[in-house]
Amino acid sequence: MSKVKKKVKRIKIDVDKCNGCRACEVICSSFHAAPKYSSNNPARSRIRVVREPLNDVYLPVHAGEYAKAECNGRDKYTIDGKEYDECAFCRASCPSRSFFKEPDSGLPLKCDMCEDDPPQKEPLCVQWCLANALTYEEIEEEVEEENEKLGDVEIGLESLVNKYGWQKVADTYTRMSMSKKG
Amino acid sequence: METDPGLTELHLGGLGTNTKILWDRVPPETEPFSPDNLLIFGTGLLCGTPAIGANRTIVSTFSPQTLLMAYSMMGGFWAPELKHAGYDKVIIRGKSPNLVYLWINNDKVEIRDASHLQGKGAVETEGLIRHELKEPGAQVAAIGLAGENRVYFASIEHGRSSASRLGIGAVMGDKGLKAIAVRGTKDVNIARPAEFMKLCNEVLKYIEVREEKPIPGVMPILAGLGSPQEMKLVDEEWHTTNFMWGNSRTRRKDFWNKEIEEKWRESQESVRTRLISCYNCPMKCGATISVPGISTYMMKCFSKLTYTMAAYSDLDFGFRIAQRATEYGVDAYSAPQVMAFALELYEDGILTDREMAGMPSDNEGRFYWLLDGIVRREGIGDVLAKGTYWAAKQIGNGADKYAHNNIKKHEQLPLKLGMLNPIYYLMYCTGEKINITQIEGQFPQAPFPTREEREEFVKDWIQVPDEKLKQYFLDWELRGEHSIPYYPTVEMCCEIVDWQEKMHHIDDSLGVCAGLSSFPLKPPYHIHNYPAFVSSATGIDMDEAGLTQVVRRNRTLLRAVNVRRGMRRADEQPPEDHWRKRFPELEAKLLDEYYKFKGWNNQGIPTEESLHELALDYVSEDLEQRGILNNEQS
Repeated sequence: MSKVKKKVKRIKIDVDKCNGCRACEVICSSFHAAPKYSSNNPARSRIRVVREPLNDVYLPVHAGEYAKAECNGRDKYTIDGKEYDECAFCRASCPSRSFFKEPDSGLPLKCDMCEDDPPQKEPLCVQWCLANALTYEEIEEEVEEENEKLGDVEIGLESLVNKYGWQKVADTYTRMSMSKKG
Repeated sequence: METDPGLTELHLGGLGTNTKILWDRVPPETEPFSPDNLLIFGTGLLCGTPAIGANRTIVSTFSPQTLLMAYSMMGGFWAPELKHAGYDKVIIRGKSPNLVYLWINNDKVEIRDASHLQGKGAVETEGLIRHELKEPGAQVAAIGLAGENRVYFASIEHGRSSASRLGIGAVMGDKGLKAIAVRGTKDVNIARPAEFMKLCNEVLKYIEVREEKPIPGVMPILAGLGSPQEMKLVDEEWHTTNFMWGNSRTRRKDFWNKEIEEKWRESQESVRTRLISCYNCPMKCGATISVPGISTYMMKCFSKLTYTMAAYSDLDFGFRIAQRATEYGVDAYSAPQVMAFALELYEDGILTDREMAGMPSDNEGRFYWLLDGIVRREGIGDVLAKGTYWAAKQIGNGADKYAHNNIKKHEQLPLKLGMLNPIYYLMYCTGEKINITQIEGQFPQAPFPTREEREEFVKDWIQVPDEKLKQYFLDWELRGEHSIPYYPTVEMCCEIVDWQEKMHHIDDSLGVCAGLSSFPLKPPYHIHNYPAFVSSATGIDMDEAGLTQVVRRNRTLLRAVNVRRGMRRADEQPPEDHWRKRFPELEAKLLDEYYKFKGWNNQGIPTEESLHELALDYVSEDLEQRGILNNEQS
C-alpha cells in the first residue's frame, strides 16, 4: 500500500499556562459572527474553558463532532490530585451539556481552525492567548492511502455478519422484509 | 427599564451613568442605610465587547463611613456576563425583610430565599449558589458575614476580585441581599466591527511589546502593566521598608534582608497555586492561594501585605488571616488598620481589659480575635466595625488622635513621607474615590535622577495629552530649583493631576481596568486611542475633545452629588502626618488654583458657569435652590 502525506493543523494546549481569562472564547465568537466581528458571545464560542479556580482546573477545549446521544455512564478523571468534571476533556457537542451549541437554535458548533480567505496565520484563539497556553503548529503525517471506504451500512452489516454469520443475517433480512410487506 | 441612549452620549456608562442616577433618584438627606438609598451595579460601556480588560463592575451607592458617594469597582467576570444577559445595570432599592439573593438568567429574574446562606463565607456562597442553580457558568457577587452585619468596611466579593472600599458591602447587607448571580448568553453587538477589531489587536500587540520592556529606574511594581503584580513578585523590599507598619506608625527601613526574602519566598511559593486573570485580559494580577488546612481563596494586589504589616508579622500570617477576611468580606486596606488602631489604643490604656475581655495574649491571636469580633459585631468589635473615625468618636478619651490616617473619614494606605509632593497633595485632597490608587498613575511618582534617563523615558511617551507634559518631566529634578515642593509649579500640577484623574474617569465609565490604562505608566489605552474605541464600538461620534468633555461632565456631576451632601473644602485634606514637611501657603494656593482649573469655586463647588458649559444647568438650579450656590459666590 502506498503512503501519502497529509497536513494536520494542531493546537497544543498547555493547561498549566492557562490563566482562565477566556479571551479565546471572546475572539472565537467574535470571529465567527456574521458579518465578522460584528458581535460576540462566549456562549457561541467553539472553544470553552472548563474553569474551576478553587480546584485549580483550567482546561481549554475545542468543539469537535456532534453527538446525537450522550454516553452511557460518564468518566471522572483525577490527575495530579485534581478532579476534572465529568466530560471535561470531551470535545463533542452533545445533549449532556450546553457547550458547543448555538444558544438560541441549539445547532451544534464545531471548531474550523478559523478557515478564512485570505487564511489566518493562526486560529484566532491562539493569536489572542498571550499566556501561550494555546500554541499552533502544522505537522505533516504520513498515512497509508486508504482503500475504498466502506459506507456506514456496510460497516454495520459486516459486524452483524461477523457475529451471527451470513445465513442468520440473510434469514433475518428476508423475514423482516416479508413481514413489512405482508 | 431601557437605557436612554441620550444619557449614554452624555455620560457613557459605568460610573458616569451611575452618578447621574444617584443625582436624579437619591435626595441628599438620604441615609446610607435608608431603603431609599440605591445600590447600583453598573457595567462599563465597553464591557461585553472584545476590548481587552473591559470587565469592570462599578458599584455605586452612599457610604455608611464617609456619608458621601462610594464607587468601588471590581474586575472578574460579572460585568460581561450581565451584558450578555442583556442588561447595563442592576439597581437595588428598598430592603428585603429576609435575606435573599438575586438570580438573573437572561430574561428571567428571580428573587430567591437565601436564609440557608446566612453567615456563609463570600467565596463559599459563590460556590453554593452555582451548585444549587446547577449553572457552573453563573457569575456570582456575594457578601460575607461582614456585609450581613453592616460592617462599615464590608466588601462585595467576586472570585479573585472585590469591590472593597467605602463599605458598599454593608449597604448590600442592609438591603438583605446576600448575592447576585448572573448568566447571560446573548450577543453584544459592535457598530463598526473591522475598525473596532483593529484597535483591539493594536492594544494586544502593544501589551506584548510593553511587557518585554519594563520601565527602567522605577521600582519593580511600577515597571510593568497591570495592577502591582504582588502575586507574581516576591521582592517586597520597597513596600516593607517604605510603607508604615502597625497603625500606620513605624517605618522599618532595615526590615528587608536575604533571610526574610527566602522565608517569604517559601511562604508565597508554597501556597500560590496559579496566577490568574480577569475576563479577557492577559495580565495576571491575582492568584489562587491554598494554605494547607484552610479553604482555598483568591487574592490580588496589596492585600498580601496589609495584614502582615498591620500586625508586625510575617507573610505566612498574612496569607492565613486574609483567607478568613476574604470569606467574611472585608476591605483589606481598612480592616487591618482598624485592628492595629484598637491594639494601639489598648497599649496606651485607652481601651482596657474591660473592653478587650477575652482577647488572647499573643499578637496574631489578637488579630483573629478582633476580626471575629468586628465581623460579628460583638463587644468592642461592634464599635470598631464603624472604622477608625467613628470608633474613635465613640470611644472618646483622646482616641481620635489614633484615627490619624484618614481622608474624609476613610482609612488610607499606610504611607508617611518627608517632603510634601504638590501633585500628590492635590490628588489626596480631591480624589473623590478617596483612594490614591484611583487617581494617580500617568505621571511618574518621582523625578528620574539624570537628564539622560528622563530623555530616554519621554522618547516613546505617546500617552501624554500634550507635549508640554514631557517638558515638565524633563525639567523635574531631585534637588535644586526644579524640585518638589515648588516644582512642578502650581499650574503644572493642575494639568498633571487633571490628566491623571481624567484617565481614571474614562476607565470607570468604559469599564476598562485601570491596570491596562490609568494606573501604570505608558499603558496601551490612552486619550489618543480611546475616542476611536468608543465611536467604533457604539457608533457615537467621539473625538478627544468630546471624550474630555464627557468625563469632565461626569467628574463634575460626581462632585455636585457630594457637595449636595455637604462636602466642602475643609474636608479635602490629607492626613495631617502624611508629610513631615508641610507648606500651608503653597497648599492653599494649590487648592485655590486647582479648584479654578476645574471650574469650581473656592469651596470646591462647581460654578454655575462651568455647570452650564457641561449641560448641567439642572445641577446649578438645584444647588441654587438649596442655597449651596448663589450667583454672587459663583
